[in-house]
Amino acid sequence: MDMKLQTNHAHLTNGDAPVKVDLKNLSMYYGKFRALSNIDLVIREKQITAIIGPSGCGKSTLLRTFNRMNDLTPNTRTDGVVRLDGQDIYAPGVDVVEVRRRVGMVFQRPNPFPKSIYDNVAYGPRLYGVRHKSDLDEIVENSLKQAALWDEVKDKLGQSGLALSGGQQQRLCIARALAVEPDVILMDEPASALDPISTLRIEELMHDLVKDYTIIIVTHNMQQAARVSDYTAMMMIDDQRSGQMIEYDKTEIIFTNPKDKRTEDYVTGRFG
Amino acid sequence: MLRKNFDNEIQQVKDSVLLLGSMVEQAILGSVETLKKRDLAGSRRILEEDQDINRKRFEIENQVMILIATQQPMAHDLRLLASIMEIISELERMGDYAKGIANINIRMGDQPLLKPLIDVPRMAQKDVDMLHRSLTAFINEDLEAAKTIPMEDDEVDALYNQIYRELMTFIIADPKVIERANWLLWVAHNLERVADRVTNICERTIFIATGELVEINNSDDEFWKQK
Repeated sequence: MDMKLQTNHAHLTNGDAPVKVDLKNLSMYYGKFRALSNIDLVIREKQITAIIGPSGCGKSTLLRTFNRMNDLTPNTRTDGVVRLDGQDIYAPGVDVVEVRRRVGMVFQRPNPFPKSIYDNVAYGPRLYGVRHKSDLDEIVENSLKQAALWDEVKDKLGQSGLALSGGQQQRLCIARALAVEPDVILMDEPASALDPISTLRIEELMHDLVKDYTIIIVTHNMQQAARVSDYTAMMMIDDQRSGQMIEYDKTEIIFTNPKDKRTEDYVTGRFG
Repeated sequence: MLRKNFDNEIQQVKDSVLLLGSMVEQAILGSVETLKKRDLAGSRRILEEDQDINRKRFEIENQVMILIATQQPMAHDLRLLASIMEIISELERMGDYAKGIANINIRMGDQPLLKPLIDVPRMAQKDVDMLHRSLTAFINEDLEAAKTIPMEDDEVDALYNQIYRELMTFIIADPKVIERANWLLWVAHNLERVADRVTNICERTIFIATGELVEINNSDDEFWKQK
């Protein structure tokens, strides 16, 4: 296997990175149903945090609290505090659009707009007021380079984004997220619809991106969590079917010596 | 139950480790017994059987590699399989100590033993007893046993020191026996090392059970501990 694909945890021994996002006592409701209960979680800057757990345990719901995506679903309510760089993003008067600019998202299925590759990437910056062609050209090129897609598409920027392969489309979506210069990138099973090679490419890309961005990834693929992340959060539902945080630690500990029996059963494939 | 197949395969590997352990136990007892009887043919058989021990070790190593590659073990499973890799290497080296004793018997040729063997068979018996219980502790993940068995290393060390002192008196009395004394000293040294490696197996059992890699303190070389 390509050596570059291996997770480098060496930096963790130098102490923990600063806190980027801080969840305190977070609960989230769909109508009367409590989907998340009392979650505490600290996301560290320029690190990859994986959220794992069985289906239906609230991983994606939790991910969507980081950029208030749950607000888009009717009848939802969020209690508790989510602080991004110390600022509560659920406080009154917070500019949700700005929150979503700073906390970008990549979804399970690649979802490029039915537009050219160029326009896909330029979409966000245009929305935020970038007008000059030369500025947009620069943003598009940089974003595609950061998403490791530039060399493959630089001669066909006018082609539809939908004409790319699945793996390329996902990297285009990552470029689109990067174009608005976020701090945090949320990834909801970004590789589950991709073949193994495209998956490894996305994982390698995450390693490159984490030098500049904080990444939070939801994944069902235990090996992927073990390979790519620095920290792992393990979730499960309680007897009310509400999502809870069971254990959170450095990835190397979660996968070699977890403290909670339920985490042990889950990562060894004996539960879930 | 999820992962029934994987659990069965892990059980098979553990059974193989026990089998390898019993082969090594036989080799240790056999090497001393054939030395005691000056049975050269028996010692040659020990050398041949050491090949079986080596093969068995590689076979288990291969089984473990395949499980790691195909089953992606995590947490306890990962600690267990990684530890088995260490334990089989310890066992194989113990087999080499028995082989070393068999080689000494062969090299002694028709020269008689310097003295009848009394403490040497005691050491071998103690080694095998400790080894056997350390492997039982490994299988049962018996933390208490894994912590206490290494303490018995002191008894093996005491026997070694006794043999050492006794052989020195022979050498001082008659320097011509130095080679024959030296052979027996090497036999005792090999047996002393077996007990040290039992400690290593116990350390792995503690790791499997707790995730903690601990160094159990007993000197690797009894001679230096004396000084």
